[in-house]
Amino acid sequence: MKKLRLIHLPVMIWLILFLIIPILIVIGISFLQRDELGNLVYSFSLESYATFFDPLYLGIYMDTIWLSVVTTIICLLLSYPLAYYIANASPKIQTWGIILVTVPFWINFLIRTYAWVLLLRTQGTVNNLLIALGWIHEPIQMLYTKGAVLLGMVYTFVPFMVLPIYVAIEQMDRRLLDAASDLGATKWRAFLHITLPQTKSGIMTGCVLVYVSTTGMFVVTDILGGAKSAMLSNIIQSQFLGSRNWPFGAALSIIFVVTSLVLIFLFNRAMQSRYLAAREGK
Amino acid sequence: MHMIELVQIEKHFSGQVVVHPLSLTIKEGEFLTLLGPSGCGKTTILRMIAGFEQPTDGDIFLDGQKVTNLSPNRRDLNLVFQHYALFPHMTVEENIAFGLKMKKTPPSQQKERVEEALKMTQLTQLTKRYPHELSGGQQQRVAIARAIANKPKVLLLDEPLGALDLQLRKSLQTELKQLQRSLGITFIYVTHDQEEAMMLSDRIVIMNNGQVEQIGTPREIYETPRTLFAATFIGENNIFSSDGRLFAVRPENIRVVREINKASRKGTVQDIVYLGNVHKLIVQLDDEPMNVTAALDFADDRTWQIGEKVGVSWNPLHEVMVGS
Repeated sequence: MKKLRLIHLPVMIWLILFLIIPILIVIGISFLQRDELGNLVYSFSLESYATFFDPLYLGIYMDTIWLSVVTTIICLLLSYPLAYYIANASPKIQTWGIILVTVPFWINFLIRTYAWVLLLRTQGTVNNLLIALGWIHEPIQMLYTKGAVLLGMVYTFVPFMVLPIYVAIEQMDRRLLDAASDLGATKWRAFLHITLPQTKSGIMTGCVLVYVSTTGMFVVTDILGGAKSAMLSNIIQSQFLGSRNWPFGAALSIIFVVTSLVLIFLFNRAMQSRYLAAREGK
Repeated sequence: MHMIELVQIEKHFSGQVVVHPLSLTIKEGEFLTLLGPSGCGKTTILRMIAGFEQPTDGDIFLDGQKVTNLSPNRRDLNLVFQHYALFPHMTVEENIAFGLKMKKTPPSQQKERVEEALKMTQLTQLTKRYPHELSGGQQQRVAIARAIANKPKVLLLDEPLGALDLQLRKSLQTELKQLQRSLGITFIYVTHDQEEAMMLSDRIVIMNNGQVEQIGTPREIYETPRTLFAATFIGENNIFSSDGRLFAVRPENIRVVREINKASRKGTVQDIVYLGNVHKLIVQLDDEPMNVTAALDFADDRTWQIGEKVGVSWNPLHEVMVGS
C-alpha cells in the first residue's frame, strides 16, 4: 500500500496544484463582486449566480447543452460503423484506417477550422460547386449558422469517438461471436446482444469525451458561428477577457461544470449494466 | 442410425492440407473422440462440423440432412468452446437461456429448460452470478449447460477440460460421461489427452498430421494398434524390429527374469520407477541401442537393483505388428 501511495504522489501533487486549487479559486471568485473597472471586490455576493437566470443566458445555456448533445449523438452514429469497419478489417486496412482518422491532428486546428470557412462561405467552394451544377441559383448562407457550428464540432470531435470505440471492438473476444452464432444467433442479433453490450465502455468513453470537449470549445463557434451563435464557453471567455467580469465568468464556469457532471453521472447510470456494476464492485 | 456422416471431407489452408480426405459415420448416442497431438487437424474437423470452417471438399450430413453449406446458427448442434466463450455481460442464467432466446422458444419453456440444464450441471446455486465470479470448473459447467439447454442433436466439445487442473478434470470426466448417458445424445469430443479419450469414448479416432491413423474402440486401439503412431501415442509401448518389421509389446506383457539364459534378450536395469499400483523397470538391452520398459504388477515382490543384469522376454502372442 505504501509503495502504491508513493507512486501516486506526483499525480496527486499535479492534480492538487493544477486542478483542485484552480477550481477552488474559481469557486471563490464566483461569490465575489467587481467594481466599475473590473477589479475584484472581496465581499460575498450571489449576484453573479442571479445574473445567470437572465433569459438571455438561460437561452444560451440551453442552446449549448442541446448543441453538445446533438454533436455527441451525430459523432456516435458516424463513428460506430466506421470504428466497426476498421476493427474488423485486415491488419493493413486497420493501420491505414487509424492513421487516416488521426491525420487531421497533424495539421493545426485553427487552419483546419478556417478551411471550413473557405468551403462554406457565400463565395466558397461548396456554393460555387452547387451553382455550377445548377442545383441552386443563389448562394446559400451556410457560414455563421448553427448548422456550420454543428458541422465544425462534429468534424473536430469524430476522432475522439472513433478511437475509444475502435479499441473496444478490437479488444472484444471474437470467440463470443462464434459462440453466439453456434447458439443460433444471426449476425445482426449477435451484434445487438454481444458486440454492442461488449463495446459499451468504448461508447461511454467516446460520448463523455465528445460531450465535454464540445461544451468547452469556443474557437469553432467563434470562427464558424459568428456573433449570433454564441455558446456558453464564448460567454465565459468574454467575461474573463473582454468584459472583465470575473465573478460572472467564474459563476458560469461553475454552473457548467456542475451541469456536465450531473449529465455525465445520469448518462453513466443509464448506460451502466448490472454486469459493469458487479465487475467494478469486485 | 447415422447421426453425423462425413463424406470425404478435406480442408486446405492457403494451399496446405490440414485435413486429408476423411470419411466417418457417427451413430446416434455415440461418444466419439478425436484424439491427437496439437496441430493434427482434430479441432478443424470439429469446427467444420459446427460450421465455422467450410470443408475445401466433401460433404457433412447431420441426421440425414446435408449441412455442408449451412451457417453455424442453422445447424442443430452445439459446441462447447475450449475457453468456454461465456458471455461476460450475462449472468449464468442469461448465458444458458441465450440459445433458447435466439430460437424464440416460448418464455415458460425457456425457464423450464434453463432450470433443467442448471440441475443437470449442479449450478442451481449460481444462477445470478457473472462468469468472472465463477471458478474455472464452474465456468466449464455453465458452458456445458448453455449448450445442452438447446437439446441439440449432437454436442461438440473442444478440449473442454484442457484448462482445468488434474483433480477437477478427473471428476468432470466422470460427470461428462454420466451426462452423456442420461442425455443420450451424440458427443464428439476433441482432446490430446489419451487417458481422457480412453476413459470417455465409445470410439476413438486417432489423428496425426491431418490424417486418420486408426479408428476403433478404446480396447481395439490399445490392444491392436495399426500404426507405429497409434502404438506409441496411446499408453506406453516397446517397439522392436526384426526382419525389417516393426512390432510392439506393451510393458505389462514384458517378463523380467534373473535367469539370463532363459530370456530372449539380455540387458541391464537402468532405472526403477515405483508408481504404487505398478513397478516399472527400464532395461537397457545389451545387443540393441534401446530401452525396454517392463511394468511389473504390485503382487510381484522381487526387489531390483540398478545395474543388475536381467533377461527380458514376452509371449509372441502379445506382439502387435505396427509396420515395416
